[in-house]
Order: sequence, then C-alpha cells, then structure tokens
Amino acid sequence: MARQVTLNRRMVNTAVAWAFGLLIFFPILWTILTSFKTEAEAISLQPSLFDFDWTMENYQEVNSRSNYPRYFMNSVIIAFGSVILGLIIAVPAAWAMAFVPSKKTRGILMWMLSTKMLPPVGVLIPIYLLFRDWGLLDSRVGLVFVLTMVNLPIIVWMLFTYFREIPGEILEAARMDGASLKSELIHVLTPMALPGIASTMLLNVILAWNEAFWTLVLTTTNAAPLTQFIASYSSPEGLFYAKLSAASTMAIAPVLILGWFSQKQLVRGLTFGAVK
Amino acid sequence: MGSITLKQVAKRFGDTEVIPPLDLSIEDGEFVVFVGPSGCGKSTLLRLIAGLEDVSDGVIEIDGKNATDLPPAKRGLAMVFQSYALYPHMSVRKNIAFPLKMAGMDQAAIDAKVNGAAATLNLGDYIDRRPGQLSGGQRQRVAIGRAIVREPSAFLFDEPLSNLDAALRGNMRLEISELHQTLATTMVYVTHDQVEAMTMADKIVVLRAGHIEQVGSPLDLYREPANLFVAGFIGSPAMNIIAGPAAEAYGAPTIGVRPEHMELSHDEGTWRGVVGVSEHLGSDTFLRVDVEGVGTLTARAGGEFPARHGDTVGLTPDPERMHRFDANGLRIAG
Amino acid sequence: MSTTHSRTAGKAMISPAVILLFLWMIVPLAMTLYFSFQFYNLLDPVKSFAGFANYEYFLTDPAFFEALGNTLIIVIGVLCITVIGGTLLALLLDQPMFGQGIVRLLFIAPFFVMPTVSALVWKNMFMNPTNGLFAFLSKLVGSTPIDWLGHHPLASIVMIVSWQWLPFATLILLTAMQSLDSEQIEAAEMDGASALSRFFHIIVPHLARAGTVVILIQTIFLLSIFAEILVTTAGGPGYASTNIPYLVYMQSLLQFDVGGGSAGGIVAVILANIVAIFLMRLVGKNLDL
Repeated sequence: MARQVTLNRRMVNTAVAWAFGLLIFFPILWTILTSFKTEAEAISLQPSLFDFDWTMENYQEVNSRSNYPRYFMNSVIIAFGSVILGLIIAVPAAWAMAFVPSKKTRGILMWMLSTKMLPPVGVLIPIYLLFRDWGLLDSRVGLVFVLTMVNLPIIVWMLFTYFREIPGEILEAARMDGASLKSELIHVLTPMALPGIASTMLLNVILAWNEAFWTLVLTTTNAAPLTQFIASYSSPEGLFYAKLSAASTMAIAPVLILGWFSQKQLVRGLTFGAVK
Repeated sequence: MGSITLKQVAKRFGDTEVIPPLDLSIEDGEFVVFVGPSGCGKSTLLRLIAGLEDVSDGVIEIDGKNATDLPPAKRGLAMVFQSYALYPHMSVRKNIAFPLKMAGMDQAAIDAKVNGAAATLNLGDYIDRRPGQLSGGQRQRVAIGRAIVREPSAFLFDEPLSNLDAALRGNMRLEISELHQTLATTMVYVTHDQVEAMTMADKIVVLRAGHIEQVGSPLDLYREPANLFVAGFIGSPAMNIIAGPAAEAYGAPTIGVRPEHMELSHDEGTWRGVVGVSEHLGSDTFLRVDVEGVGTLTARAGGEFPARHGDTVGLTPDPERMHRFDANGLRIAG
Repeated sequence: MSTTHSRTAGKAMISPAVILLFLWMIVPLAMTLYFSFQFYNLLDPVKSFAGFANYEYFLTDPAFFEALGNTLIIVIGVLCITVIGGTLLALLLDQPMFGQGIVRLLFIAPFFVMPTVSALVWKNMFMNPTNGLFAFLSKLVGSTPIDWLGHHPLASIVMIVSWQWLPFATLILLTAMQSLDSEQIEAAEMDGASALSRFFHIIVPHLARAGTVVILIQTIFLLSIFAEILVTTAGGPGYASTNIPYLVYMQSLLQFDVGGGSAGGIVAVILANIVAIFLMRLVGKNLDL
C-alpha cells in the first residue's frame, strides 16, 4: 500500500527533487544548449540560457572538419563488436555456471570479478608492445578484442544472474523431450533469457562506448572512436566552446538515449544481480 | 512395453549416500507411487529412472534392455514436473509439439497428434495461449499433454499436484487415474501425500532415507504395515502407536490401533479418557482423547457422536485389527 | 544435480571464457613482471638485467608518493561524496512526487556521459577562470574567479568524477530502498520509532548490501581513473593531480621507460590486490551465490 501524503507535502517533494535533478543534469543541458550558440555567444561573459540566436553551424563545421562519421562508425563497430563477441563466449559459460554448477563455480565467478580489479596499467606495456609487434595498434580488431576481455567478466556475471532465475526443470523437460544440448540452448534457453541477454548487451555496449583507457592509449587515427575524437578537443580547440559542445553532444547522444532505456537493467547488471 | 527394473541401484552425492543399493521392479501398465516424507530420496529415485541423474551403482532396465547409460531422451519416458516446466515463450500448441519437433516428425503428423492430445485433455480453448496466461490446473493439463504425445513407454510424475489448491488437486487426481485407465501405460508417481498414494496406486513404494520400507498394494499396506514407520505413514488420521504396559497387555512391546478400529462409548471401554479436542466433519467425528497411562489417542466416531471437550469416554480396540510390533519396530506376524 | 554428460558439457562450455580471461590476465602480467626487472627503453631496444633497480627508482621517486596519495584521495573522496550524497538523494527520490520517472532520468544521465566529454565540458565550460560558468557566478556575487584546475587540480578532478558516479550510487541505493518492505517501516512506526531512528535502524541496515556493492564497483573504476586526468590537467601542475595509473602511463608511453613503467604497473597491481582482498571479503558475504 502506497502511503497517502498531503498534496502540499507532495508539491514540496516535487519541487526539491526537480531542483536537484536539474542541477545534476545541468552540465549536459548546458552543453547541448551551447552547441547551438555561435562561438561569440558561447564564450560571452554574460551567458544566457535560452535567449540566443540558435544555429546549426557548429554541427556542420564539426562534421566537415573532423570526419565525425568515421569516429562514430569506429565507436559502433568497437562497442557492438566487442559485446557480440563477448556474448558468444559468455552465453555457454553462464549456462554452465547456472545449470551445471560445481564446487568450483563460485570460485570461478569470484575470480572473474577479481580480474576486473587488475588495474589496466598493470598490463598496459605488454599489450602495447604485443599490439605494436602484431600490427594491431590503432586497429579495430585489436580494440574489439581488448574490450571483449575487459567486459567479459561483467557479461558473464550478468548472464549468470539472469540464467539463474530460469528454473532448471524447464531445461530438464527439454532434455526429456529429446532436445540435444544445442537445441536446448537455441530453442529453450536463449528465447527465455532474451530479455536478460538484451539488457546485458545494452549495458555493455554503453560501457564499451564510454571506455576511455584502452581506446585512448591504443588508437591514434584509423581505429579511433569518439572518446579519442573528443580528447582531441583537449586543446587548443577546446576553447571553441560551441564546437566542443556540438561534438560532445553528438558523442553522448546515442548512449544517453540507450542508457535511459536501460536504466532499470543497469542497476541489476552493474551490481551483479545483488540489487534488483 | 513399459516395465522398469532397478537392480542394486545406488546414488551418492560425494560422500553422502542418498540411496543405498535397492532393487525394484515395475510391471508394464502398473501405476506405482513412490511415497515418503520429504528428503526420503523419492524424487532422486525418479530422476535416476528418468536419466536426469547418473546412478552411482547398479543397473536400470527399461523393457528388459539396459538403459543405465542412455541419455534421458533415449529412454522412451515422459516426465511431468512439479513446476510443470512449460516453455514460457511458446504457445500451448508449440509446447506440446516440442518433443515431436525434436524427434524430427513432419508437420502434418505433429498437428494431428497435438490436436488429438488437445481433444483428450480439453485444451482446445487455450491452445494458442502462452503458459503465463493459464491457471495452475490448465498448465498441469498442458504438461500432461506434452507427455502423452510422445507415446512414452512410461510416464514419470514428480509431485505434480503439489502446486494446486485442494479442490483442484482432487479433480486432477481423478483425471490422472482416468488417464491411466485409458492409456494403460506404466506410470511412476512421486508424492509425499499418502492420500494420493492410497487413491491412485496399484502399487505403493514407501521410502525412508533412501531405503524401501515396504512395497505393496494400498490395502496391503493398510492391513499389514511391515513396520512402525509404514504404519504411522499410511492411513489418515494416523494410526495410534501405543507402547508400555498398555501394549504389553496385548502381548507386544508396541501396538498400533487405527482410529477407525476402536469402539467408542460414553459408558465403558478398555481405556477411559477425557476428550481434548473433537473435530466434527459431518460424516465422521475425530476425537483426541487423553488416556492416563496410554497417551493421547485419536478415535473415529460416527458423524453425529455427541462429545465435547472435557467429556469422559471409553475406547475399546478391536484386537483382530490391532497391529503388533516387536522391539525393533517390525511387524509381528499373526 | 546432473549427469556426467552435462557436467562434461559444462566444462567444455565454460572453458573458452576461463582460458581467454586467464591468458588475458596472466600473459601480460608475466611480461610486465619480466620487464620490471629489465633496463629497457623503447628508444634503445637493448635490454639488460636490472634487478630491483626499477622498483627502487619508482618507489623512491617522490612522484610515487604523491601519486599514491592522490590515488587514495580520489578514491576515498569520490566514495564519500557519492555514497553519502547518493543516500540522501535516494531518500529524496523515494518520496511521493510528481514526475518521478523524469527526475530519475535527469539524475542518471551523467553516468552515460563519456569520461572524456565530461572532463572537457567541466574543464572548459565550467572551470575555466575567464569564460567558465563558475567564473561568471563568482563575478556575479562579486568575488574573484578561482582557477579551479590550476590551483585545486585534485579537488576539481574529485568533483568531476563525483558528478559522474553520483547517479550510479543514487540509482542503486534508490532501487535498494524501494525493495524495503513498507510494513517494516510501519511496524517501526507502531513501535514508536522516530523518523531519524527509522532511518538509522531500518533503512541504513537494509541498504548495507547495496552500499557494499556500490563501494566495490566504484573502487574498481576509481582506482583506474585515467581519461579525466589526461584531458584536464595531464597530471599537473607538477604531479599535483597524477595518480598511479597516470604515472605509469607517463613513465612508459611518454618517457618510453618500459622497465620503470612496468615496475610501476606491478606496484599498482599489488596495491589493487590489497584493496581487492579487503573488498572481496566484504562482497563475498554480501553476494549470495
């Protein structure tokens, strides 16, 4: 039973919560607004919130000057590629952990989690040198592989928590019904776990999209995704606020929208199923 | 078609022996019920027969052929699970068709079989719905439908009625019994409810801690329980077990008297005691009577037997229908 | 509860993930360990055995202690701000209000912003001492604008990173709060507990598990903060905002000192392990498997 409160109390809650919400959201809002200003207005010493001449020129400029579509495509390929590869490796593993657990399962899961604690700098140099020797520096293939490995523990964990909720009896029923292991996975498990697999994919695409260590140290131009594109605005172009804002808006818009759709699963995914 | 034989079958999980080596034979067409308290190994035994668990020792023969190492699907058995285990993403029709599809049957034959099963089980009205939209009883029927279409040599039921409410449970019990009459296929049924066992079985297997305590027809078990455990487990309300001088008077360390095998009177009786609780069911009256030196006994009286808390009544056991047990709890023949 | 057949299948299916992750972890780690005992500069490809010289150099470098301190300040500072702030905001969002769904979206948004974007936006459009919005606000109230990244680089970075992680903490704590059985609160109310004691005796213990997870996940990411430093201060001025990952990065990829950088990498791994052992014990108790 939801508690009934007075209208006044509700209005106060609403006002306070919206005030805090807008405060936290403000930097993003400000970036989006600035992207429609002229450079002069953007650095004006008397900034205005909405009252300015709206213009699209920054977007045109950014697009024509910096080859934005290529960075965007790199981000898409790297994020989706690494997550799809990760799912292909992780679905069978999570199946095994959820439905044929052994004494080692718990240990393996904890170990996978612990690999996330290995600081990337601990393996930076060898990866850099190996990639240099194998010609994988600044290549999409190399980055897809690295991000697959980086996100694999989270993918396995998330899938595991979703699979664990599927009653084992249903898979046993399939086995009794004559399904081979392959049909059991394809016809029964995967369709039942589809919502879970979809949210795992969504969340990990977001994580891969925003990954900003390996994408920055292993790429320069050819395979560079949007993280690198924005970092290139570090200086001195960063002082062109309007263009920086336009580039930033384009870089964050896709995941912001995806993220808003996935926020419910986000909690569950990132807490390894501990909070639902 | 459908005989199952277990020879020295044992199951261990690590160091724990869940089922010590046991022998059991199930005849073709028989309705066999495994009954026992929870944790007695009855479900494990069923899963061993199904092939969902490996046996640690021994041989399982189905139709005289060694099936010990066959995967579940190759044993020609169908199983109805406690949770029904329907595929939630498939319609009723697809659920029932699934085993046939896995067997590689062509679509026309599948349709014919599914329609046949749907007609038998009255599934027609919801054949295109998903399991999530069905009631418990309907799901149960779908699960049975999925089992029948395979025309298995035996059906395995794992506590199939435990998720249903009491009224529905009674109906489904009848339906499963009728199904058994119609199909005349072997059925192995696991339950912890002795009422289900008594009403449905041709043969009851009473299990405790992995051991078979007794095998026999419902009335055999009722009339001649092999030991105190079976005596206490079969029959409702449970048999009164009496030890001490009151039992020795009848020539055994322990005796058992069923509530329905005692004469009740307001005036006199072998044992006299005070009524604690009286349950009036209409058809019967059950009295809990405290008898000094004997204990608290349950007695059945006629539906309109007048008795209230605090009344004194006399109980007279029928020595002919009394069960005598030795010091080890085993039945004394006689 | 399964057959030999399915257990064998299970092993086969878990192996690719385990083997790949193991290789991904162990091969580079072994190489880092090997390099850390070598004198090896990318500009001079001749390697020679160094013993513990690289470690000695790295560990006695004053920059190391500064970086170590900075790393801890970032982790602890951000954790404090996000956990306390997140609890309060979650409490606020849990109240009945209009448009709760939209407010949630506003709150969660910063989490989805690319680290390089948030760092640059804060650096230029907010913290810039002449054209930044903070400078504008300072002038509005008549005080001198602060050169945030120049004079308070570490505090600025803590602030930026906190902004990114506050939504995460808030959302998770809010979800946990919403799973609290309202009858528990009502029972406490019947028992005469005040709002404050309800918060400390019922809500806070209920949040413990979610809080643990928030701390664990954030620590993993906060120990390795990199992009935010790279694009805002580049570790400066001096080493004032350099953390361990950034120090190793500079040593190895900017100064090409593979040996020294590797020693730093191993030190980072050891430090992370100390934190990890502590955290895993905490988490092992709180995640049911």
